[in-house]
Amino acid sequence: MEICGTHTVSLLRSGVKSLLGDVLRLISGPGCPVCVTSQGYIDAACELAARQEVTICTYGDMVRVPGSHGSLEQLKARGADVMVIYCPRDAVHYAAARSDRKVVFLAIGFETTAPATAAAIIEAERMGLENFHVLTAHKLVIPAVSALLSGGDVAIDGLLCPGHVSTVIGADAYRPVVDKWKMPCVIAGFEPLNMLVGIAELVEQAVTGRADVANVYGVAVSPAGNRVAQGLLSRVFAPAPAVWRAIGTIDDSGLELRPQYARFDARAELDVQIGPDHEPPGCMCGQVIQGKVAPSACSLFATACTPVKPVGPCMVSSEGTCAAWYKYGSSITKAQVGPQ
Amino acid sequence: MCLAVPGKIVGISRDPDDEVTGMIGTVDFQGSRLDVSLAMTPEVTVGNWVLVHAGFALTVLDEQAARETWQYIESADLGQMPKELRDLSAGAAEQD
Repeated sequence: MEICGTHTVSLLRSGVKSLLGDVLRLISGPGCPVCVTSQGYIDAACELAARQEVTICTYGDMVRVPGSHGSLEQLKARGADVMVIYCPRDAVHYAAARSDRKVVFLAIGFETTAPATAAAIIEAERMGLENFHVLTAHKLVIPAVSALLSGGDVAIDGLLCPGHVSTVIGADAYRPVVDKWKMPCVIAGFEPLNMLVGIAELVEQAVTGRADVANVYGVAVSPAGNRVAQGLLSRVFAPAPAVWRAIGTIDDSGLELRPQYARFDARAELDVQIGPDHEPPGCMCGQVIQGKVAPSACSLFATACTPVKPVGPCMVSSEGTCAAWYKYGSSITKAQVGPQ
Repeated sequence: MCLAVPGKIVGISRDPDDEVTGMIGTVDFQGSRLDVSLAMTPEVTVGNWVLVHAGFALTVLDEQAARETWQYIESADLGQMPKELRDLSAGAAEQD
């Protein structure tokens, strides 16, 4: 299983997945942060966007995900102030420049992205901003993987681990997964050759009955990871239960603001609730992100749900499994599709 | 979202009053320049290549690896990163 959405796209786009054909089945896991974000969160973001005084700052992927009553993009077309940003500091600087606006940054992403949010909050605190808030839905990879493996529903022989998350958390972070489930964990970057080297290492381990952490992305990943980034994270955030789309709540798999940063929490400061998660009728994103079914198993795939008019986030996000299959999937063999 | 792009630090500025978030690098991405936070990589110097994600440098990269990665990103279709960086860089240049 590859956990990371960037790996999913790279494997398909590069043709590695089709080359592996009937030999090796690659299953996409819950590695697309937008795809695993609960519907309740999207609805809360939309509720905030509809408020006159609020400016939503978000990464681009989020704007097209349909909530219960439309997407942020649709709200923007009707006059909502939704700004796509590249860096969370952009949201901080905008808040500083526009004291008349209540700025809410949609903080989604795994450990690659969460430290940036932490740094932005520290900067906002230093600037004494009162109009900058975050709506947090950051997720943690290791707890998610652990939950998936302890569920016992997905039979996999190895984990292809995300390169840039690992730049932050370090290769050693996967040791508990290896030890507890005897699961080979190999960290790879996203270039085709590097992914193939990683997959070869996984196969080698699986075939010889070994289970170990191996890092083939040594140029960017060290055993300990980026300690400074980890420090920023633990200063601002604490692990907390998080709701994963269609999976439910996983303990310690998300990040919540620590009490000393509570004033940056959009939920308390702007009085918005994150409601219950629910799937649109017929949508199988929840099963897709757990690797239980392939996108083609969903009756909506490529019919009612396409990149132009998506029903669920897996089709919207540039790293969503369904979007990747739609774009590159003509080369996918039956063996890759698996049981339906 | 996990995509990170290599670039070369051509300038560094520091805010003496802001040790945590005040270190900013001007990073060159094959001709496009962007200011990037070096909050997570305080050890870098001008001339280092860094891997950049969401406006932050995540780690130092060996130059050879960085050039190869950039080549792949440009040739690949992995989302909008290079175009986005160019647009951002052009926008930043306009404001100067």
